[in-house]
Amino acid sequence: MTEASSLDVRDVRFAYPDGHRALDGVSLTVGRGERVALLGPNGAGKTTLVLHLNGILTGGEGTVTVAGLTVTKDRGTLTEIRRRVGIVFQDPDDQLFLPTVAEDVAFGPANLGLRGAELETRVNEALDAVGMREHRERIPSHLSFGQRRRVAVATVLAMRPEILVLDEPSSNLDPASRRELADILRGLPVTVLMVTHDLPYALELCDRAVILDDGRIVADAPARTLLADQDLLATHRLELPYGFSVPAI
Amino acid sequence: MLYREGATPIHRLAPEVKIAATVAITVAMVATPREAFWAFGVYALLVVALAATARIPGPWLVKRSLVETPFVLLALLMPFVGAGERIEWLGLHLSVEGLYGGFNLLVKGTLGVLVSLILAATTTTRDIIVGLDRLRCPHVLTQIATFMLRYLDVLTGEARRMHIARLARGDDPRFLWQVRGFATGVGALFLRAFERGERVYLAMLSRGYTGTLFPQSPGAGVAQWATAATVPLVTAAIAVTATIVT
Repeated sequence: MTEASSLDVRDVRFAYPDGHRALDGVSLTVGRGERVALLGPNGAGKTTLVLHLNGILTGGEGTVTVAGLTVTKDRGTLTEIRRRVGIVFQDPDDQLFLPTVAEDVAFGPANLGLRGAELETRVNEALDAVGMREHRERIPSHLSFGQRRRVAVATVLAMRPEILVLDEPSSNLDPASRRELADILRGLPVTVLMVTHDLPYALELCDRAVILDDGRIVADAPARTLLADQDLLATHRLELPYGFSVPAI
Repeated sequence: MLYREGATPIHRLAPEVKIAATVAITVAMVATPREAFWAFGVYALLVVALAATARIPGPWLVKRSLVETPFVLLALLMPFVGAGERIEWLGLHLSVEGLYGGFNLLVKGTLGVLVSLILAATTTTRDIIVGLDRLRCPHVLTQIATFMLRYLDVLTGEARRMHIARLARGDDPRFLWQVRGFATGVGALFLRAFERGERVYLAMLSRGYTGTLFPQSPGAGVAQWATAATVPLVTAAIAVTATIVT
């Protein structure tokens, strides 16, 4: 592993207690500042892999290293790992659980020990990054779905993560919110791992794409090349929307 | 919600001070002997003064205190069903004990409801939770209340969508024997809430949750406590006097 990589996953294997093998030797390296799309059909193990990145799921084989720090069960290490890996979950209603936007964004940094003016700065900085500062005192349920998703991104940005992991960032967004989120993500100076089966969105935002199927990484290539390979996509139950095609380079 | 926007002195008091004052006032009122009619007159004046300071209109208070109605009915019933000595009034035979009992329930209940309404009108639900937290209320309780505050809308939204989906498939639960769909709906809603709970917890862990939701913020100073203590002290003084006199 080089200093330049944000994330280094080595041969991770994991089986759920019911015996279902969700990850079967996954290896993946993401360089600092890269934006990578993690593609795969439902049930491929994407969410399981995501939960390994910040040590929520452990106990299998293999190692996960985030900017040089390896995930272990040690409490102190886990706190630092969870600061470095910011996961934005699919349903913003799962992520935003406090009564106001500002409190929710403050939750992460407060867990890192920030208080007072410093905490306030973090919150404003994160809300500015997603253009939601004017809504800081609002109740999450009064925001539109797109706004809630942006706040959800802010809640992890406030922890100044090394890598931002987004689970289906474009799901349920209308076209305008989808574009707004893309603009925001493109402007962020962090490493991004985007889990999705929205292939056009992956192509729009990521230079590199990997396909996870049946618990293994089965393809790793520039997004343009990968999405132009119809046969490869079809083998792994991935399809471009009707009428779309990516010309081979 | 019951909260009314405002910037009165009562609005500005820290929530924990207001909660403590509300509890103290209510306890003092309840502890006052029921025979001390004058004391309740003074309490009523105090409540009116508080409402005026907080700029809460009378009709607003009256309308919201309707929650008390079941107790009022019970109180009105007591003179008729009470035992012991009876007096005749307008051709009705009323129990003296029942009259006292009914008055006791009615006056203390009403005053208590009004004081609580004044608290609710001047403090946001959010602040009430913060106040309870600062009063060292167990974290588990304040956390549950926080989640309820956040997810009540989400859950009612889910329940409404499920209801519409049932109606769209021809369910028409107008009669008792058609509640089956509703009952299974409640079960499904419970499961969804449970699963959401799991996902929320994972999201919290991912942001470094260690058992506390928000950092303890500094609470009210001595000045605030002193200001807020005036009304409970007056109430307590009246209660003590009433106890000694009667």
